[in-house]
Amino acid sequence: MSMAELATVTERLDKNHYETDEERSHIEIDQAVAKATGAGPLLVRICPAHVYSMLADGTIGILYAACLECGTCRAVAPPGVLTWHYPRSGLGVAYREG
Amino acid sequence: MAGEGETPDVDFDVIVIGAGVSGCVTAYQLAVAGHSVLLAERGEKPGSKNLSGGIFYCRVMEEVFPGFVTEAPIERRITRNCLSFLSPTSFVNVDYRDERLSQSVTAVSVLRAKLDEWLAGRCEEAGVTLMPGVKVDGLVRNGDQIVGIKAGDDELRAHVVVAADGVNSFICQDAGIRKKEPLKHLAVGVKSVIRLPRAVIEDRFNLTGDEGAAYAVVGDCTNGTGGGGFLYTNTDSLSIGVVLRLDDLVERGGTSSDLHDRFLLHPAIAPFLAGGELLEYGCHLIAEGGQAMVHDLTRPGLVVVGDAAGFTLNTGFTVRGMDLAAGSAIAAAKAIDVALKRGDFSQASLDAYKVELEKSFVGQDMRTYARAPAFLETPRMYGAYGLLLSDIFHGIYNLDAQPRRRLLATGLSALKKSPLKIVHLVKDMVAGVRAL
Repeated sequence: MSMAELATVTERLDKNHYETDEERSHIEIDQAVAKATGAGPLLVRICPAHVYSMLADGTIGILYAACLECGTCRAVAPPGVLTWHYPRSGLGVAYREG
Repeated sequence: MAGEGETPDVDFDVIVIGAGVSGCVTAYQLAVAGHSVLLAERGEKPGSKNLSGGIFYCRVMEEVFPGFVTEAPIERRITRNCLSFLSPTSFVNVDYRDERLSQSVTAVSVLRAKLDEWLAGRCEEAGVTLMPGVKVDGLVRNGDQIVGIKAGDDELRAHVVVAADGVNSFICQDAGIRKKEPLKHLAVGVKSVIRLPRAVIEDRFNLTGDEGAAYAVVGDCTNGTGGGGFLYTNTDSLSIGVVLRLDDLVERGGTSSDLHDRFLLHPAIAPFLAGGELLEYGCHLIAEGGQAMVHDLTRPGLVVVGDAAGFTLNTGFTVRGMDLAAGSAIAAAKAIDVALKRGDFSQASLDAYKVELEKSFVGQDMRTYARAPAFLETPRMYGAYGLLLSDIFHGIYNLDAQPRRRLLATGLSALKKSPLKIVHLVKDMVAGVRAL
């Protein structure tokens, strides 16, 4: 397999099936605590789904619809940075293989 | 004990949270024993939130579903186990193939979306009320006693609640059983499922029929991060990915998706995948703490099973979770059945679960491998050993028209080049013998 065949993470996630919660994000971030603890770059690199990104203004962007619900960010984030729960009933990623 | 007229009003005898392996097995056993059971699953259907590597050491399932291997939607029977050391330029394998493994069916590859849907179907046939698309938000208490669940605006009551809600168990958190886990107890698995024609898989992995291969890879696949790579054959796809210990991932600065890609693109691995089509990219958190991570298993009216309880084992050779999930579920169902018959849902009554566990392979294996996590934390496992092996084999096979040296001399010269010292080898061998 080549990198071209593997594609980017975002392109890969397009092949997955999601029931996106259009109304509510299941991830919230306290930008002030995130900034103070320098959590941004850590979240960006540990999330396999690339949910987090550093924005130009130094805050952290959240693409919650891409979330694969593994909980890695919840485990590694410094206290107070994240409020992370599973998406609401029946919503979020729906694995077809698993 | 609830006396006459004191039986509290319940909607079900038992509510099981989570329709994975442990939840389904618990629910099924209790329904077969004649109890009313609700199985609540947050996914749109059972399996849709679940992901495993996944090799299922499934012999335990025969106890619950006789004929499991022929009836259940398994992918392949694992008859080839490869233990592999990967370096940037080499791939050293212990390749163990045995027909006896096919006859006794010790291990099968599975895809959870398919397996869990089947398991939940068996539960429904046994009379379990399956509620998919229901996320349980918390527990309902009466004093210290847990008496039900909250889901949205609804409350449902039961004599016993079973937390089978996986490694992130919010229910255990709600019950005060778990706090934040140390990062060395957790790993993230990042996995791709890649479609390939059946015949190509059989040719590429030297398999016939429904035989399957399982590779457990250490070394360069994680760029030195604690963890490893895996490659399993399904019927017409491959499951491939990396497992990264979170403490090391945080410290060493790796990017989880890059480490996954790096493994798939490694020159020794990429040919296995050539021409394949990506079907799904997923990830899942893995409990890696072994015995040290097993939490309290009961509260008044509550029992914890499977990943939620920390029942997973990485022995270096085998990575086990689903079999322990099923084993813990069997033990839990026995204890809950007795509690229901006696009408005693106190913690002391439900603690019979711990006794059942200790009698089973689950409790015993967790103890046997209690030292494995510390052993596998040794950074040498993920770098230096793979390079040493590759240099030894290079010395043996690289006939460069120079006079040959004896094996011992070749080995010692490779060791001299390596940062490893004989004292490390002895120490790790002793630790390995004691841990595994």
